[in-house]
Amino acid sequence: MTTRHQETTIYEQIQASPRFQELRKKFRSWTFPMTVAFLAWYLLYVLLSGFARGFMAAKVLGNINVAMIFGILQFVSTFLIAWAYSRHAASKLDPIAEELRHEVEGKNS
Amino acid sequence: MNQQALSIILFLIFVAATIGITYWASKNTKTAADFYAGGRSFSGVQNGLAIGGDYMSAASFLGIAGMIALYGYDGFLYSIGFLVAWLVALLLVAELMRNSGKFTMADVLAFRMSPRPVRTAAGVSTITVSIFYLLAQMVGAGALVGLLLGIEGEAAKAGTIVVVGLLMIIGGAGLITLLVLGKYGFNLSGLMGTAAEQSGKADAFLQPGLRYGTEEQGLAGKLDLISLGLALVLGTAGLPHILIRFYTVPNAKEARKSVNWGIGLIGTFYLFTLVLGFGAAALVGSDAIREQNAAGNTAAPQLAQAVGNMIFGEIGGTVLLAVISAVAFATILAVVAGLTLASSSSFAHDLYAHVFKRGQVTERQEMVVARVAAFVIGIVSIGLGILAQGLNVAFLVALAFAVAASGNLPAILYSLFWKRFNTTGAVSAIYGGLISAVVLVIFSPVGSGKPTSLFPDANFAWFPLENPGIVSIPLGFLCGYLGTILSKEYNAQKFAEIEVRSLTGAGAEKAISH
Repeated sequence: MTTRHQETTIYEQIQASPRFQELRKKFRSWTFPMTVAFLAWYLLYVLLSGFARGFMAAKVLGNINVAMIFGILQFVSTFLIAWAYSRHAASKLDPIAEELRHEVEGKNS
Repeated sequence: MNQQALSIILFLIFVAATIGITYWASKNTKTAADFYAGGRSFSGVQNGLAIGGDYMSAASFLGIAGMIALYGYDGFLYSIGFLVAWLVALLLVAELMRNSGKFTMADVLAFRMSPRPVRTAAGVSTITVSIFYLLAQMVGAGALVGLLLGIEGEAAKAGTIVVVGLLMIIGGAGLITLLVLGKYGFNLSGLMGTAAEQSGKADAFLQPGLRYGTEEQGLAGKLDLISLGLALVLGTAGLPHILIRFYTVPNAKEARKSVNWGIGLIGTFYLFTLVLGFGAAALVGSDAIREQNAAGNTAAPQLAQAVGNMIFGEIGGTVLLAVISAVAFATILAVVAGLTLASSSSFAHDLYAHVFKRGQVTERQEMVVARVAAFVIGIVSIGLGILAQGLNVAFLVALAFAVAASGNLPAILYSLFWKRFNTTGAVSAIYGGLISAVVLVIFSPVGSGKPTSLFPDANFAWFPLENPGIVSIPLGFLCGYLGTILSKEYNAQKFAEIEVRSLTGAGAEKAISH
């Protein structure tokens, strides 16, 4: 590396570029709210287990109660979010990431 | 030949076969990247299987099934937390770590910061979390050997099984699940009804509250439940042996794919444990389980034996017990292998090579040190494991999760996403979270004051919660924040590099082709 400190590095140039800003925005605007959402949904479940015992104990179908259904729904939501993220990443993030990676590696060598 | 001899012989045959297959499948280790990261040449699917094998430890198989068998619904809470936790890893950590790191968690932190203090902190934390987690595996192994030999056993330590262990556990647990469900005409509600009846607790067995937040525990019990919930969901993305799994694939896309496979396998498996736990309550009975192991760690193998007896007669019961014990043992070996690798890598790569020797070592020396460290860490965990025999395995793992969520997770997340984050912040986050978590555990009912505590004869427990997460996790994040803003240092240039690298994959470590 011959870069001196006062010059901007290739990484700083890329970081400042509109294309990278777009990538970062598309990454963060999907993953951050989704993280808040699934954590809130999970904490709701934990809090109900602790403080809404009567509600959780209500039987829905035979011996299957609300607590069991809530638990299974956590499984379902986890599978769905993982699937949705992978779709989002493959269609919106990967193409820009690929393009920028080639740009950096082209200039570095 | 009596039954016990038969079950031990079968068990040994299964274990020998597993070790044989693993040895045969293991790759040449030439470079440090081979040694630490399997040459980065696992495919996404292979790595997903390995993630499953690393994660579905004795805790999942023995601990959760036992917890459900003894306390009913509350055991299921563990499964849910352990599974949802993977979303944190998938969305925020896996790909970015793969793109910006090399061998250990500390690589990502040390990149932006003053390397020696940060590597020291990360190394200490990695080894502490691993020992907590190893302890749980040793307890599981001990309970299992105890069941087979009819005596309280000492823990055993061994090698390198991951994928094989996973296939065995999915196959073995799946088989027992099918047999149990078949016995109840594939009617889950019917199975739950019988379990509730047999437990003597009636409908309460199917509802939250028998283990956590009971009426007599009062508010402390409810807080303990929330604390456990937080530790479970935030711990995974900070576990060192899981983090290094993201380095064994060639690129970020494969890391994503492997986490997706992991989520699918782990989720399926936890649905099995639900049936296994209720099945053990219904067919073995809580009293018979408690008699064998007070914490419930032997519920799943006991269920295997009971189901075998009912369907295939006594020989069938013996064979199934041996199969399930061997399966559980294989998963313990798999996790022990993963944890030993994570902690010894961190010792050799972070502490020895970069801190003690300031980078002046050859790869060969580093690998020798890693092997010695693996041995020492194994001995320490066996020693502690013998002390902790009375504790439930899933519960012990939850403590490891709390420590990982308090120290490692704040450091990793700040490091990947916060421009201003710096050396003081990283060191404060790790030590603040780590020390508070460990200290609170020592002064909790886990440390002393109860018959099942590590030191049952003393009483120095002033912290009422068993899991420290609700205090130590926010504290870790707070320490990281305060440490950062109280120090002026930061490196914008390096942050630009890590941010661009982590999101685009530019300059990421490449796979090795042999």
